[in-house]
Amino acid sequence: MQKTYSQPTSRREALGSTLRRAWDSDLAWSFRHSPMAILASFTTLVFFLLALFAPWIAPQNAFDPGAIRLEDGFLEPMERSSSTGMLYVLGTDSQGRDILSAILYGSRISLLVGFASVGFSMVLGVTLGLIAGFVGGRTDALIMRIADIQLSFPAILIALLVFGIGRGLIPPSQHEQMAIIVLIIAIGLSHWAQYARTVRGSTMVEKGKEYVQAARVMGRSSLAIMREHVLPNVIGPVLVIATINLALAIIEEATLSFLGVGVPPTQPSLGTLIRVGQQFLFSGEWWILLFPSLALIILALAVNLFGDWLRDALNPRLK
Amino acid sequence: MLTGARLFFATLLAGALLAGAAEARTVVWARSGDALTLDPHAQNEGPTHALNHHIYEPLIIRDPQGKPLPALAESWEITSDPTVWEFKLRRGVKFHDGRPFTVDDVIFSFERAMQPTSDMKSLLSSIDQLIRVDDYTLQIKTKGPNPLLPANLTDLFIMSKSWAEEHGATKVQDFKNKEENYAVRHANGTGPFVLVSREPDVKTVMKRNENYWGKGQVPLEITELVYVPIKSDATRIAALLSGEVDFVQDVPVQDIQRLQQDENLRVVIGPENRAIFLGMNVGDPELKSSNIKGRNPFADKRVRHAINMAVNRQAIQKVVMRGQSIPTGIIAPPGVNGYTKELDVIPPHDIEKAKALLAEAGYPDGFSVSLHCPNDRYVNDEAICQAIVGQLAQIGIQVNLVSQSKSLHFPALQKNEVDFYLLGWGVPTFDSHYIFAYLYHTKTDKEGGWNSTRYSNPKIDEMTASLTQETDLAKRNQIIAEMWKILQDETIYIPIHIQTLAYAMKPDLDIPVDISNQPKLKFVRFKNQQQ
Repeated sequence: MQKTYSQPTSRREALGSTLRRAWDSDLAWSFRHSPMAILASFTTLVFFLLALFAPWIAPQNAFDPGAIRLEDGFLEPMERSSSTGMLYVLGTDSQGRDILSAILYGSRISLLVGFASVGFSMVLGVTLGLIAGFVGGRTDALIMRIADIQLSFPAILIALLVFGIGRGLIPPSQHEQMAIIVLIIAIGLSHWAQYARTVRGSTMVEKGKEYVQAARVMGRSSLAIMREHVLPNVIGPVLVIATINLALAIIEEATLSFLGVGVPPTQPSLGTLIRVGQQFLFSGEWWILLFPSLALIILALAVNLFGDWLRDALNPRLK
Repeated sequence: MLTGARLFFATLLAGALLAGAAEARTVVWARSGDALTLDPHAQNEGPTHALNHHIYEPLIIRDPQGKPLPALAESWEITSDPTVWEFKLRRGVKFHDGRPFTVDDVIFSFERAMQPTSDMKSLLSSIDQLIRVDDYTLQIKTKGPNPLLPANLTDLFIMSKSWAEEHGATKVQDFKNKEENYAVRHANGTGPFVLVSREPDVKTVMKRNENYWGKGQVPLEITELVYVPIKSDATRIAALLSGEVDFVQDVPVQDIQRLQQDENLRVVIGPENRAIFLGMNVGDPELKSSNIKGRNPFADKRVRHAINMAVNRQAIQKVVMRGQSIPTGIIAPPGVNGYTKELDVIPPHDIEKAKALLAEAGYPDGFSVSLHCPNDRYVNDEAICQAIVGQLAQIGIQVNLVSQSKSLHFPALQKNEVDFYLLGWGVPTFDSHYIFAYLYHTKTDKEGGWNSTRYSNPKIDEMTASLTQETDLAKRNQIIAEMWKILQDETIYIPIHIQTLAYAMKPDLDIPVDISNQPKLKFVRFKNQQQ
């Protein structure tokens, strides 16, 4: 009886103490004392929530071609639709799509591709890095040479190459549905090498330590040692790379879409919106280009600043 | 000492260059897409012919208004036999590599263009026999009397027989199956410009043909002509504004107004003899790209009529084309023999009626289908398709847009791989027969080369054939009118508009809008800037 009574209390206490410890940690202290980090993470969070709840917030479903009225094309910011009376706060594009809704839905695609490709490259890079560092020898040499070759090319080139091959393999009628998946794989594959390099280095340091040897002596398998002992100790720097790469991935997606090889124009991401908008730069319809560009700049800057802060905060040498 | 001598030679050289600069004038000509091939008979496509017209020549060309002018033929007439045309060829013409031009080259080129892989064969289907009278006289015997034969020859380029034989280029390139031959990247014509180098999709450099037969008759003032495809609208216009490019043939509609205000540029506008329309696969038992299995929605005339009603041509004209188009209800442009105001009826835009028609046909919830669209061929082609996607969504048809470069789009069409597509069709012969033969005739080895609708109507095929043999023009026009009546009701194509063309150029150039959108730059005379 006593046990059942005391357990919730201790659980709550445990939770409380964890929170208190988190609050008191160096990282949290650094966060609380960096207005830039607070602002950056707040902006990212707002973007994330807006994108997540776009279907409820946006005045129009920007991806539903049936909801868009061509007759309302090229309306200026704050103009109203002549047929439905709907207010276009940020104006409309060449197809009559509400720019505000397009940005909300577009950042959904940008964030989705960003997170998914970072996740993909992180899993791939960490796995290969762990194997290379732990197994060593020829496996290590092979993986690291591939990484070297890849690091000698700009990431965007790799992504273009992978995207091109992916498109070639998929029949044209499937392009539209598969575009986002191919994009995620293309961007993911262009960034794995950094993770692999970092993880390999730390793994080589960790594998010589006593706790790994102890685990070996206890007869644990290599796989288990890698996963349960080495991985938690090398993951710190990986999270920093991931945060910085998130901004890079978002920009890379925008670049690919800007070049016209990313997501289709019927489901515009921020990059596609900018590509469409720049056609009208000379003809005076500035809002089609300006607002999506601003959104992309703010999003990428916020994620980047947050990543920068995280790197500094976790790096004792910079303090 | 050494530097002194260098300086002396440098001054000398600079002087020589400056003296030359007064005469030499390079013109850089930019379009949205490249010519698909240099093989003159492989693709019957506007930009391909437009480039080839500078290197190769047909017997007869057309001026910017569409009026025929003699080129390699000096004169032509029907002989006493109404089935025989006689062409007097120009003497003393030489191909670029110095080979003399004779009737043998003409016969060779015509026979080449009648091969199964040729895209020009429908234009020559009425020809029975090519008769060599002497070195400079050709007689063409047609299967029946064909008074309109010369109109079919204005894009039929003449190659050198011995050159083609020497380089193994006697067979026409099979374009849709991605074949290549020597004539695809090399050329030897009689035209005003000689090919210097060709990098597909990058640039094509030509220099003035100093031995051109027409020297003295045409200005031919351009010494070097550089053709560059620039796909992005903004980049193309930026290149013109920065002076990198002298002449832009595909001016995006959104930039016309601004460019007109620029004093350092000249902008000309005019309609093209070309209709833009959608084609539907009406013949297959089921559509590959649709969610409806076991039957083909496009095979039902009510569905086609519903789509015809759902497309809002006025909105496309106003928003997508910014007024630079003429909405149309028939795929024959005005000016083409057979076009009438009565046929050119645009069905009123009516969503409710269209929905009711769809429901009546058994598709109350619509269906899905893929729309294939080029993105570098017609004025705002991709934007038109996007607008169509939205308009058809309003009657429940979910359209999956596949927009790609014309070098992928056109082969897919010709191989019948698409269900629903955008196409534009110009009529260089200014006669409806050209439309019937390419777009409505059953697809066979000889005819129907661009009919990707799988439409096959023996009656139409028969009537198309009869047009090439009917000498009585009134009777012939009667058949044309009858055919349009049937075909307008069939609605296998959804006409959208006649596109308007805009060219922009530096002010010392004056290139009028060519109704076939094939400007011939040998006619360019530079305006003196000092005056």
